[in-house]
Formats: sequence, structure tokens, C-alpha cells
Amino acid sequence: MADGVKPRVKVPKTASAGDTITIKTLISHKMESGQRKDGDGNVIPRSIINRFTCDFNGQNVIDITLEAAISTNPYFEFQAIVPEAGEFKFTWYDDDGSVYEETKEISVS
Amino acid sequence: MMKLAGVAGIFLVGFFGAVAYADPAEDTLILNEDIKMVTKTAAPAHLSDVMDEVYSGWLFRGTETRAMQADDFDNPGMLFVEQAEGVWNTVEGSEDKSCASCHGASEEMAGVKAVYPKWNETAGEVRTIEMQVNDCRENQMGAEKWGYTSGNMVNMTALLASVSRGMPVNVAIDGPAQSVWEDGKELYYTRTGQLEMSCANCHEDNYGSMIRADHLSQGQINAFPVYRLKNTKLNAVHSRFKGCVRDTRAETYSAGSPEFIALELYVSSRGNGLSVEGPSVRN
Amino acid sequence: MELTRRSVLQLGAGILVVASVPLKAFAAGEDLIESFTGGADIAEGGVTLTAPEIAENGNTVPIEVDAPGASEILVLAMGNPTPNVATFKFGALSASHSASTRIRLAGTQEVVAIAKMQDGSFARASATVKVTIGGCGG
Repeated sequence: MADGVKPRVKVPKTASAGDTITIKTLISHKMESGQRKDGDGNVIPRSIINRFTCDFNGQNVIDITLEAAISTNPYFEFQAIVPEAGEFKFTWYDDDGSVYEETKEISVS
Repeated sequence: MMKLAGVAGIFLVGFFGAVAYADPAEDTLILNEDIKMVTKTAAPAHLSDVMDEVYSGWLFRGTETRAMQADDFDNPGMLFVEQAEGVWNTVEGSEDKSCASCHGASEEMAGVKAVYPKWNETAGEVRTIEMQVNDCRENQMGAEKWGYTSGNMVNMTALLASVSRGMPVNVAIDGPAQSVWEDGKELYYTRTGQLEMSCANCHEDNYGSMIRADHLSQGQINAFPVYRLKNTKLNAVHSRFKGCVRDTRAETYSAGSPEFIALELYVSSRGNGLSVEGPSVRN
Repeated sequence: MELTRRSVLQLGAGILVVASVPLKAFAAGEDLIESFTGGADIAEGGVTLTAPEIAENGNTVPIEVDAPGASEILVLAMGNPTPNVATFKFGALSASHSASTRIRLAGTQEVVAIAKMQDGSFARASATVKVTIGGCGG
């Protein structure tokens, strides 16, 4: 598991059924591109988050494939439809096999 | 000596043609649609003979960079404030205390960053916030000191700055701190290095000019620590001082050195009146 | 001596360093587009790519892609050593088929977004982003 990887997610606490909401996600991750060389001239191997998904009550909202050109501390903003109350699940997949997760509840008025 | 340099500058501007110059942005920083930040204000009294207004570095950055700082969620520096918040509440050291054990919630520290660096009567010295954090760790918590510009330290200064955002920088330049302030002022105006440049040459004489594609700011430090897009991490004031001194091709002082403490006090005072802004986002 | 210092500052002022687009990377980018579309026709418009005209730093450049009715959007940085940036696949609960992120650009170059629509057609948008070299602090 990469060091110090911490997700942050911003989801409104409530919405009306059928509303569109904006979701923002940020995760602290170095996103080592594989383009850099260390002091001895050896290439530092790529080690990035390669995939991000957001699901709501089991249905997919967005599925993003990330490449090395996504900046350190990957940031995503996107929009989701909220059909009913439930739980958003956010998953980040690391090159090294680690999986980071975060969930956020939303209630419907 | 400065005036001579200024005159020479004007002569050379005419000689080489117009210098690329841009005004600082016309923009207001409202943090999280809630806190109105002062990014432009009347220069403090001690600067009144050299400039009328002081501007935060925020106004010298591009539209997208400025927007990144306006929302705590968009601001990547806040990731590290969150990490520091965890550390704030974690017990550490022989005395079995966390920062919170004495200080309460981090929000209780509002107003502290705004007056640092400051004179510490008991210790008989001017202290930067990093020095005070380490003093607390060593003597109150029985914990190990953090490296002056280490990740832990810069995250903590970001947390301390974040709870003071919107409050005016107000460092004391008189009283027991005065001689240190004078030392800092002298450093600010002294030319050094192979390029023989002083802080003032860029940040007082030439702010607003373009240095290659960079929009030169007044070099205010109200917004430190800074999340730089360039290295995608938080940067401490003394790290930035080191970089600037190195860029004049001079032997640089170290982080935590008396020279940089004095310089930090002086440079902070040049921004008295601007809001504490850290952690900020810059290029 | 004063002449030299001032002239360094004055001459250096306002020069944007424009990196040329490496041709090899451009070809690689076109290949990636080919494999994404399977050689199908690509319409102009139908997808919007928002990127700054001048990026303050190539390390963190904010962009946004938007393609109403798209199932997928591929983003490429045509001048990067590897042009692939990201692929956004929109699920059933995606509201607007848009997304914002921050990317790394190795130099001034064209950023391209190819959208695959739900009806199987493709659309393209591009933007040139100038990546600048800063002054002293770099």
C-alpha cells in the first residue's frame, strides 16, 4: 500500500429525488509517472492510481481509467443523478494492487 | 542606493524597449463562499515611503490557479491540513499528550498564526511558528522535534494557518522584536550572490513585471505554507527563502537560521493587514 | 554590471518558451485515436474541452470535458511522451456526461478529447495549451 494515501470526497448531504448533484473527489497520491529518473540515473518505475469508480446503491455513475498524465493528488469532479436515498461508494485502484475506498450517504427530501 | 538602481532601471527600460508588465488581477477571494479575504490593502506604515498598496501573491496568479484556492475542497493543500488534524489529536511523546490535550480543538488556535513570528518573553528570542511547535513537542509533550521543513511540520503550520484565514496578519515590529526586525530589513535590501540581487530588486522594484512567463509578486508571505502546482506539495517559508537566495547564485542560509527568522519577521510585517491565507495555491 | 543585471531581467521578461510538439508523440496519439474509434469517422463538435490558454504550471493543468449523450470520452495530450491521459466511462447514474480533472503536460501542445456517443458515433474537440517556463522560482 502506498504511503499516506488519503481520499477526500465532497457530496451534498441531501437532495431531492431525481436531482443532479456535483461530486468532487481528491486523493493524496504521488502518481509516480515512470518518466522520472533518480540520482543515479535509473528510471523510477511508474506507480499510479490507474482506475477510479463511483457507484450509487450498486449502480455505476462513472468509471475512469487514469494514466500517468493525471496530476499528483488526483482530482475529479463529475455529476450524478440521485434517484433515491442511499450510499455513494468511491473506489481507487493502485498499480501496486492496493484499493482505497470511501463512502458517503445521501438522504432524499 | 535603491533610488540609483531605480533610475538606472528606468533608463534601461527606455533602452531595451517596453518591459512586459501586467497589473495584479482584479478579483476578490471569498473562501468557501463564506470568508472574505483581504488580498489588497493599504501598505503598513513602515512601508509608506516605498509603496501605497500591498497585494497578496494570489492576485498575481492565473484565473484557474486563483479558483483552486477559493474552495477548501478544490485546494489540494487542505489534504495535508486534514492529515495534520489527525496528528493534532494523536497522543505522542513521554507525557502522553496530544496537541489537543493542552490547546483543545485546532479551531481554538485562531489568531495565533497571524502574529507569528513574535517575541517570546520566557525564551528571550523571536520565534517562528515552527520553533514554537517544536518547543511544545519537546518540552510539553516529551516528543521528538520535527525537521524544520519536514512534511509533518509544514502540514502542521498549514493547519495553524488555516484556522486563522481571514484574520489580518499583525506581527509586532517594535518592542523586544525590533532589533531582529531591523536585521531582517537589512537582509531584505542587501544585494547578494553572483547576480547581486536583493529581495527588493524583484519584489519591491519590479513586482508586476513578467520574469519569463512568471508574474512577479510582491513576495508577501501571508499565504504560506504554499501548495505549489510545480511540486504538488506544501512548501514552507524558509524553503522559499532558500530557493530565492539560491536563485541569486548566493550561498544560502538554512531553514531555521537566525537570518531567515529575522527575514521572516520583516517580510511578514510587509504584509501586515493582508489576511492570513495559508495553505494557498500557487504555480 | 548594473547593465547586465537589468538586461537579464528585462530581456527575460515576457518571453513565453514554446516547446514544439514532438512528431513521434503526435503519431502515437493519432494511433490511440484510431484504436479508440476503430477507424470510424469523427465529427467536430458534440464534445467540449475546456482548458486554460496558458497553463501556469505544466504539472497541474485543470481541464474539463463535456459531451451530452456520450458513453465514453478519451483524453489525449498529443505532445506528452505517452499521450494517454484518461478515459471517462459514464454509467447509468451519470447526470451530465462531463468531468473535470487536473493533468500534466510536458510542454505546449494540443489536448484532444474524443467522445464516443451512445449511438456509436464519435466526436472530437481539441485545445492548444501553452505551457510556460516560470522565472526565478521556476
